[in-house]
Amino acid sequence: MKMQSKNTERGQQLLYQILLIRRFEEKAAEEYTKTKIRGFLHLYIGEEAVATGVIQALKDEDNILATYREHGHALVRGMDPGVIMAEMYGKQEGCSKGRGGSMHLFDKSKNFFGGNAIVGAHLPMAVGMALAAKKLKQKKITCCFFGEGAAAEGEFHEAMNLASLWQVPVLFVCENNLYAMGTALRYTHAMQELAKKGPSYKMASSTVDGMDLEAVMEASEKAVKKIRTTGKPYLLVCNTYRFRAHSMFDAELYRDKKEVDEWKKKDPIPRFRDSLLKQKLITQKKVDALEERVEEDVKKAIEFAETGTFEPVENLTKYVYSENQYQ
Amino acid sequence: MSQTRKITYREALKEAIREALTENDKVFLMGEDVGRYGGAFAVSKGLLEEFSEERIMDVPLSESGFVGAGIGAAMAGLKPIVEVMTVNFGLLAMDQVVNNAATMLHMSGGQINVPVVIRMSCGIGKQLAAQHSHSWEPYYAHVPGLRVISIGTHEDARGVLQAALQSPDPVVIFEYTSMLNMEGELPEETIKVDIESAKIRREGTDISIITYGAAVNKCMEAAEELKVEGIEAEVLDLRVLRPLDEAAFLASVSRTHRALIVEDAWRSVSVSSEVSARITEKAFYELDVPVKRVCGAEVPIPYPLHLEDASVPQKKDIVEVVKKMIRP
Repeated sequence: MKMQSKNTERGQQLLYQILLIRRFEEKAAEEYTKTKIRGFLHLYIGEEAVATGVIQALKDEDNILATYREHGHALVRGMDPGVIMAEMYGKQEGCSKGRGGSMHLFDKSKNFFGGNAIVGAHLPMAVGMALAAKKLKQKKITCCFFGEGAAAEGEFHEAMNLASLWQVPVLFVCENNLYAMGTALRYTHAMQELAKKGPSYKMASSTVDGMDLEAVMEASEKAVKKIRTTGKPYLLVCNTYRFRAHSMFDAELYRDKKEVDEWKKKDPIPRFRDSLLKQKLITQKKVDALEERVEEDVKKAIEFAETGTFEPVENLTKYVYSENQYQ
Repeated sequence: MSQTRKITYREALKEAIREALTENDKVFLMGEDVGRYGGAFAVSKGLLEEFSEERIMDVPLSESGFVGAGIGAAMAGLKPIVEVMTVNFGLLAMDQVVNNAATMLHMSGGQINVPVVIRMSCGIGKQLAAQHSHSWEPYYAHVPGLRVISIGTHEDARGVLQAALQSPDPVVIFEYTSMLNMEGELPEETIKVDIESAKIRREGTDISIITYGAAVNKCMEAAEELKVEGIEAEVLDLRVLRPLDEAAFLASVSRTHRALIVEDAWRSVSVSSEVSARITEKAFYELDVPVKRVCGAEVPIPYPLHLEDASVPQKKDIVEVVKKMIRP
């Protein structure tokens, strides 16, 4: 177990992060049913080990681009839960001033570039950001999360080719949750071993159990190290599963409850908690305390969102163009 | 009078790119065949040798991929000039332009700028048939968040890029293949143009001919012919198709009391329909006669020359309509 080489504090921090995602989203779903949050709300529940494990392997200056299922990524990157919740409430105290909502969380100061909701369209942007870093001789890498659905888009293939051709430092993280909305992997990909798409672009790749936080950490650290030493891109496929519906509108007619229940046995949170307990890196008492802290932080996030304010309608056309045209 | 020099539209475009590369290390040109081939239309010929592979980047045929990469590079602090070989292929990258470049600033609550410059050659002519003859400026002009510029003169061919690179917002520039070999006069000294305003290319008192792009030249020629008949036409080059310089055309119409809008693009849901609507909404009582339009015929452009010519406004069409508007 890799965690043995890490200290107790680190393990606790990770448990806090992964728990925070779960409780934050459970609360968000609740607020959605109360109509406090509207539009699309895509929950990451079940997949939390991926964002938690990958992002901990990055440095703060590294860029992150994620999908519309990105609450977890934003939280692990260190964005304030209250500011994220306020965004989902559409309040101007939100990270995107309420203009984006659940699918468009941005925080430039934390190098968090969305919140991108056209499937596959942020992959070329990630390549461009990595190209810029290379040209500007910055050491940062760009990490791009996407689902296996995106891997069927032409832009996935264009981005893989460009990244490898230009040898730019991108970590492509495929969050393979087995369903592109409601259509299973076997109906969408001729080659279902997704990591094999790496070598066809001369790109290093690997697959990891995305339900196992420690395994994701180990695989990500390895991938990141390789990118930093070679300057070349890497494709990391994380096999995972979404416990909840695709969005709040999804009636889940395409999969058996039995299948979902089977996957729930692999829940990354108890798995990681038990591993920490077993390694004596945490005590049950401390686990309980962490749970309490998470509850408290989620409560505070809701309070922050509730007390937030809506932008005046007079501001409607703000941010369409920059105020100062010549810079 | 300051000294002038003769220059082709192509050479003016190239000078602008060279100047941008020379003055700013963060500027680079990327596009299909821009380097080793020298540019599909020879606009960037010689620049690879003059600069480097890092500054003049040949890219694979992946419009969405490299336009998206240009957007990402702009978000991360560079000033990319992305050349899409022709507007015909531009729609393959339309999602990147509309959903990423144009939305990012707004969607992020003002945090993230996309200072990318996208150049596309455009226009109808040379018997290239339905898939290679397009005037699609209106598609882009429809999108809030973009600055859409149409280069109808040598002055703009030389000056627009510099202004576009200073903009913190995404700028889409249309260049016209049919004008590349055309010679024009430019002053010896540096040209400064802005990318916010329309420009009167010829002053006149009897009618305002409002136009853009490759049609500017046809309108100027038509105006010269009309002069012989005693009609003084004002030619207003819109230049900026988004956001429109409404004040400029409303002022011109208020002086001449007649408005004709000329464009190569298909008539329906076009730039001319927008300009016409705004004149009707805001300067209706200034008009002596109804607004008229001379536009592209609503047909995929056919291959034979006589049919191709009939598909886009010609000088004689413009002259005819103006005469009817003035002496009904």
